[in-house]
Amino acid sequence: MSDADLLFKALADPGRRKLMDRLHAHDGQTLSELCQHLDMTRQGVTQHLAVLEAANLVAVRWRGREKLHFLNPVPLQEIYDRWIRKFERPRLKALRDLKRRLEQDGED
Amino acid sequence: MTAANRSHFVYVTFIRTTSAELWKALTEPQFIRQYWFNTTIECDWKKGSPWKMVRPDGSLTDTGEILEIDPPRRMVIRWQNEWKPELKAEGPSRCTFELEPVDSAVKLTITHEIDRPESRLITAVSGGWPRILSNLKSLLETGEVAITSHPGHD
Repeated sequence: MSDADLLFKALADPGRRKLMDRLHAHDGQTLSELCQHLDMTRQGVTQHLAVLEAANLVAVRWRGREKLHFLNPVPLQEIYDRWIRKFERPRLKALRDLKRRLEQDGED
Repeated sequence: MTAANRSHFVYVTFIRTTSAELWKALTEPQFIRQYWFNTTIECDWKKGSPWKMVRPDGSLTDTGEILEIDPPRRMVIRWQNEWKPELKAEGPSRCTFELEPVDSAVKLTITHEIDRPESRLITAVSGGWPRILSNLKSLLETGEVAITSHPGHD
């Protein structure tokens, strides 16, 4: 399976998307912390995390013997560049550029 | 809950290149400019060296210092925002680069952290890093970048 296949397969599951949302809200959680607020079995969460890790959507760091899970948004940026951005019409881009320019001017 | 008094992001990308090429792309100004929205970095890449991120007009976006460096494997930078008062007020953050060869690619891990909860600096850099890494990957793998502008660096 290619990287892109792994990625889209990882995203295709609602349980895994929920895990990503939980990490987005509170990053760096352990397995136990994630299990606390989700209606999934510990084994279910473990399996989902393995799929997300294989797709590089979750990065892990160790803190002593604890495994912390971090949401890695980089593959999502890569999908955006490859599969969304190039299909956008020029008018949408012009609108977005205008919005950004106006918001930046507002910040000065 | 995990370390409630810190803010912390971990970003990972796999780039089909060598550690030596990636290290060059991370430390040479003519490369950096191409994927970092025309910003460049002034540094002589030794432990204790000052580190500055500079726009084409010479203004600073961020400053800091090289805390640790082990080419082409690892680098830790003290990173302080300069251009936005509320981010500058948060003080220095710590940014770690780790390069690990994996098959015919390099796994690049960027860890960016600060010792304060709900840091706006960390939130701000978390928006920039994915684009920069995506550009870096495109540049090394295809010779081109996908994204050409970013708030604060235009």
